[in-house]
Amino acid sequence: MGSAQLEVLLQTLISGLLLGGLYALIGLGMTLIMGVMKIINLAHGELMMVGMYIAFWMFTLFGVDPYLSVFIAGPVLFFLGIAIQKFLVNPVLKVDSILPENQVILTVGIGMVLSSAATIAFKSDYRSTPVSYGTSAFYLSDIWKGSPIELSLSIPWSVSFVFALAITGALWFFLQKTDMGKSIRATSQDLDAALLMGVNVQRMRVVTFGLGSGLVGAAGCLFIPIYYLYPALGGQFTLIAFVITILGGLGSNVGAILGGLILGLFESLTATYVGMGWAPVGRFLIFIAALLFLPGGVASLLRRRTFGK
Amino acid sequence: MNRVAIPLAVFGALLALPLIGLSSYTMHILVLVLMWTTIGMAWNLLGGYCGQVSFGHAAYFGVGAYTAGILYFKLQISAWWGIPLSVAVVSVFAFLLGYIVLKLRGPFFALATLASGEVLRITTENMGEFTNGTLGILIQQRTWIEKTWYYYIILAIAALTFVVIRKLVASKWGYYFVAIREDQDAAESLGIDTTRYKTIALVISAILTGICGAFYTNYMGYIDPHIVFALHDISIITIMIVMVGGVATEWGALIGAGIMVLLAEWIRAIPGLGASHQAFFGILLIAIIIFLPNGIVGDLPKITRLFRRARA
Repeated sequence: MGSAQLEVLLQTLISGLLLGGLYALIGLGMTLIMGVMKIINLAHGELMMVGMYIAFWMFTLFGVDPYLSVFIAGPVLFFLGIAIQKFLVNPVLKVDSILPENQVILTVGIGMVLSSAATIAFKSDYRSTPVSYGTSAFYLSDIWKGSPIELSLSIPWSVSFVFALAITGALWFFLQKTDMGKSIRATSQDLDAALLMGVNVQRMRVVTFGLGSGLVGAAGCLFIPIYYLYPALGGQFTLIAFVITILGGLGSNVGAILGGLILGLFESLTATYVGMGWAPVGRFLIFIAALLFLPGGVASLLRRRTFGK
Repeated sequence: MNRVAIPLAVFGALLALPLIGLSSYTMHILVLVLMWTTIGMAWNLLGGYCGQVSFGHAAYFGVGAYTAGILYFKLQISAWWGIPLSVAVVSVFAFLLGYIVLKLRGPFFALATLASGEVLRITTENMGEFTNGTLGILIQQRTWIEKTWYYYIILAIAALTFVVIRKLVASKWGYYFVAIREDQDAAESLGIDTTRYKTIALVISAILTGICGAFYTNYMGYIDPHIVFALHDISIITIMIVMVGGVATEWGALIGAGIMVLLAEWIRAIPGLGASHQAFFGILLIAIIIFLPNGIVGDLPKITRLFRRARA
C-alpha cells in the first residue's frame, strides 16, 4: 500500500469516526425510547429536522452559533417530545385495535405532519448555516513537520464530535447516578417490576420520550454546521437511527454508541471505496447482516463476554 | 346471499360507470381509486389478516413497475407483457425478501420491510445501465388515449384480487393467517408452520401489488425510482388506505382508497397548500388511529352508535 492509499484510508477512517460519534447520539435517543416505550419512534429523524431548523433560524435571525443552539433546541425538543407522548402516544396505548403496530404507524403520522409543516413554513429549499469556521481544519503537517502523509481534521466536525461526546457523557451520568435515571433504566428492564418497586412508570415514559427527542434535537444542532437542511431530511435519519439501534442491540445504550461508530465507519468506507451513491445501500446491507447474523446486536457480544467470566 | 349479491352489484355498477359518459379526469380518478383498492386489498391480506405490518409495499409495486418498464426499455417488448411477467419476477423478489424479513416480528418486521423498499429504490437509482437510473423510463407510445380500456383492465384486476382474497381468507390458509396474527407462538405450537404461511401471505400480497405496479407503468407511461419506490407516496399511503377503510375487512380498501384519492385531489386543488397533502394525511392518520383504530368499515358499529346518540 502506497502512502497515498494509506492517506486515503486513514482519512476515511477519521471522517467515519467523527460521523459515527454524531450517529451515536441519534441512536441513543432512539434506543432510550425503544427501551422504555417498547415502540419504534419513526418520527425520530423528523424531530432532528425540527432541531436543525431551530438552530438554523437562531443563526440566521440572531446570529447564535449552532453549537449554542444545542441548549435551546435540546429543551424545546424535550418539551415537544413530552407533548407528543402525553397527548398522542398515551391515548393510543389505551385503545383496542386489531394491529399492535398502531403506535408505530402513529409516529409515522407525526413524522409526516412535522416534515410537511416544515415544507409549508420554510419551503423545500436546501439551507445551511455559513459559520465562519465552516471550512477550516487542522492539518497533521502543522503539528508534525516531517510527516510522510497528510491528514486533516475538519474543525466543525471535530467540535461536533466533542459536543456529542460531552452530551453522551452527561446522559451516562444521568442514567447511572441519578434517581430518575435509575428509574428509567428500571422501567426499560422490567416494567412490572419497576411498577412494584414504586417507580412512576407513566412519568418515566413521558420523561424518556422527552429525553430521546431532546437528544436528537441536540444532534440536529451538531449536524447543521456540517450538513445541509431540507424538510424531507428526517426520513433518512430515522432509518439511520433504527439501523444503529438494531446494530447496537435493542435498548442498549453502550450498544447504540458502538452501533453509531460502526455505521459511521462503514458508511465512510463505502463512500470512499464503492461510490457516494452506494453509501445508503451499504447502510442497509449492514442492517440486514446484523439482523441475520447478530440479532442481539453488539450488546449481545458484550453480554456474552461478561457472563463467560 | 348478501355475500354474493353485494359484490356483484358493486361490480355491475363499476362495469356500467363508464357508459354514462364521464370526463377524462373523472375516469382518471376512478382508475387510481381502483388501483389503490387493489394494492390496499393486497396489503390487507398480509397486514390485516396475517398481522405482518409491511412498510415496504413500494418494493413490490416498484419491482412490478420496473419489470414492465425494462421489458419496454431494454427489449422493446410491449410493456403490457410486464403484467404476466411481473408475477414471476415479484414472487421471486418477495420470496427472497421474505426469507430475510419474515424472521423478524412486529416492529422489526415493519422496519425491515421499510428498509427493503428503500434499498430497492437506491439500487434502481444506481443501476443506470439497466434501469436508466434517476431519469426513469418513458413509454413513447401510449396504447390508448381514452381511459376506458385502462379502467376495465384495472377493474378486472381489482375484481380478481377481491375474489382471490375472499377465497383465501375463507380457506384453511386464511384461518392460519389469522391465527398467526393473534398469537404467533400459539399458532406455532398448534402445528402451523408460521414461516411458511407468512411467506405465502407475503408472496401473494406482493404479486397482487406488483401487478398494479406493472399496470401503473402502462397507464402513466412514465416511471422513475422516486415515484414507484416512494416511501410516503406508496408504502405509507397503502397503510393509510387500509387503516382509514378498515383493517381486515373486505370493503375497507375500497372505502379507504376512495377517501384517500379524493382527499389528495381535493387538497391539490387548494392554492398554496398543494404540496402539503402529507400534513393532512398525517393528521387524518393520527385521528383515525386515536378515534377509529379499526377503520371506517371496522368501526362502523361505533360510528352508527355515535350518530344515534347524537340524534337522541
